[in-house]
Amino acid sequence: MTPQARPGGAVVTFEHVTKRYGPPGVPPAVDDLSLAIPAGEICVLVGPSGCGKTTTMRMINRLAEPTAGRITIDGQDVRDLSAVELRRGIGYVIQQVGLFPHLTVGENVAIVPRLLRWPEPRIRERVEELLELVGLEPGAYRARYPASLSGGERQRVGVARALAADPPVMLMDEPFGAVDPILRDRLQNELLRLQAKVGKTIVFVTHDVDEAIKMADRVAILRRGGVLAQFDTPEAILSAPASEFVEHFVGADRGLKRLSLAKVRDLQLIQPLIVRVGEPRVEVRRRMEVDGTGYALLVDAADRPLGWVDSAELAADGTLTEEEATPGAPPLQPETTLRDALSTLLGSSVQLGVVTDERDRVLGLLSVDAISEVLRPDATAPRS
Amino acid sequence: MNDQPFFRIDWVIDNLDEIGGRVGEHLVMTGIAIGVGLVISFGLALLIRRVRPLYGPTIAITGALYSIPSLALFALLIPITGLSLLTAEIALVSYTLLILVRNIVAALDGVPAEVLDAADGMGFGSVERLWRVELPIALPVIVAGVRIATVTTIGLVTVTSLIGLGGLGYLIVNTGINRFFATSIYTGVALSVALAVLADVGLESLQRRLTPWARARSG
Ligand SMILES: Nc1ncnc2c1ncn2[C@@H]1O[C@H](COP(=O)(O)OP(=O)(O)O)[C@@H](O)[C@H]1O
Ligand SMILES: [Mg+2]
Repeated sequence: MTPQARPGGAVVTFEHVTKRYGPPGVPPAVDDLSLAIPAGEICVLVGPSGCGKTTTMRMINRLAEPTAGRITIDGQDVRDLSAVELRRGIGYVIQQVGLFPHLTVGENVAIVPRLLRWPEPRIRERVEELLELVGLEPGAYRARYPASLSGGERQRVGVARALAADPPVMLMDEPFGAVDPILRDRLQNELLRLQAKVGKTIVFVTHDVDEAIKMADRVAILRRGGVLAQFDTPEAILSAPASEFVEHFVGADRGLKRLSLAKVRDLQLIQPLIVRVGEPRVEVRRRMEVDGTGYALLVDAADRPLGWVDSAELAADGTLTEEEATPGAPPLQPETTLRDALSTLLGSSVQLGVVTDERDRVLGLLSVDAISEVLRPDATAPRS
Repeated sequence: MNDQPFFRIDWVIDNLDEIGGRVGEHLVMTGIAIGVGLVISFGLALLIRRVRPLYGPTIAITGALYSIPSLALFALLIPITGLSLLTAEIALVSYTLLILVRNIVAALDGVPAEVLDAADGMGFGSVERLWRVELPIALPVIVAGVRIATVTTIGLVTVTSLIGLGGLGYLIVNTGINRFFATSIYTGVALSVALAVLADVGLESLQRRLTPWARARSG
């Protein structure tokens, strides 16, 4: 989470930017905003509904024009280019995704490269590469139409499409606002992993403080009227809110929210007793006795967790089948925040979470105890 | 008419050339009306999109045109344009406008706002956006309107027999009713209905072929 300049991005600055939709006198949507977003960072714009987040973001690619002030990307005024040229060089992702229904997944991803008249072979290669990058197998997805995709798949295609021409800046307006919490956590984790590879400057809009703290290298908190209340790292905002408004907006559970600053990967995982489908029950029983915990994690041939097997309920002989696993909490990922991990674990009967990698393979277990250890006042901060 | 058989197939065989010619005339008159109607309606629809307040008056005017009886319209036009194809087409085109304008406007309005926002955000110019995003997505609804307009026009073409044209209407009115010759009436009516049905089925299949994405669940 330490901010560091990464190569794929560009610096975005706001210099005294004001946007009015109404006549002078009516409060502006954005008021005298000055902000410098370092290259390669995720800057999250967060604040209550109607505070000007979307307007602020849309002024970067000139979908909204400032009434006063100046916006630059790597020092260049965004008005130096035509709006159309400017937008082809900036990634754009919105909550409803806005995939073109009449084009296939592959054609959707190819839109901006086609507008830029890249040669066809290069476009084909790029589409392939991007679908893989967002975890969609090109052979299975390239020729499908958006109508046949799930919500999560559409969002992934939307991200691939925005990355197509390798823009230094990406704008994302509540990209995960319309998906369920478990899928949202997954998509957030995927974006963080992706960002570790591509290092774009991402301007990310959300109204959800937890999402802001999780995703941001830097958070800009706006209040109604588009006034900047605080612009700082998530750590600083939680430990030293600049005003009562920020303190109130961040919420009374700031201590608990600090759990959002640490990720599952920051904690030591427990290695569970792992048993496989097809293993003889006699052997499983023997290994469980040696292990002494009384339960084991059943995995399939690809190391993906199926659930828990209890020694008390284990039949006498035969081999283990998929059906005898008792499913536990939804799997956690290394990028899941401890706060999300805690609420997932507290909501399930087995207070032990299975942590899996991006291919769903078991990495280890996380216990509620390990998380509460972090909350102890004298605990040293988890090592990153 | 008394001693005639119900349907004289020998007359049909003897007059195949004449009948074929009338079918051709019918199709050409329909095609011109729909083609010209589409161009005018499209222009009007684009204008309405820029200047919304024009929608109400446009629909009122095209609606009024639609409701003028064809006989009255001919009576108005003949002093100016005579007993000509032009007179016939002015009438036929007028009748397509209400259906086509309403459908094209509805079709373009039906393109989801988030798709337009994404298109703008990715850097489509307004002309590119219209041709490559809005029209393809609006196409099923536009073609649906063309289907209705075409079927209606195929029926209306017969009325232009009143000014000596009429395609298959000529067989119904001029050689049929005027000469008390039933076979000609049946032939004209049957072929006119057949054309309407064929046009409807053909346009429906065109609509489906143009929009594989609308029904595809997977590729
Ligand atoms: N196109 C527009 N025309 C008029 N007012 C607008 C427009 N877009 C946004 N606003 C107003 O500007 C303010 C900020 O809106 P917005 O940037 O969408 O807020 P947020 O994204 O934080 O919810 C709101 O009061 C909204 O009503
Ligand atoms: Mg918004």
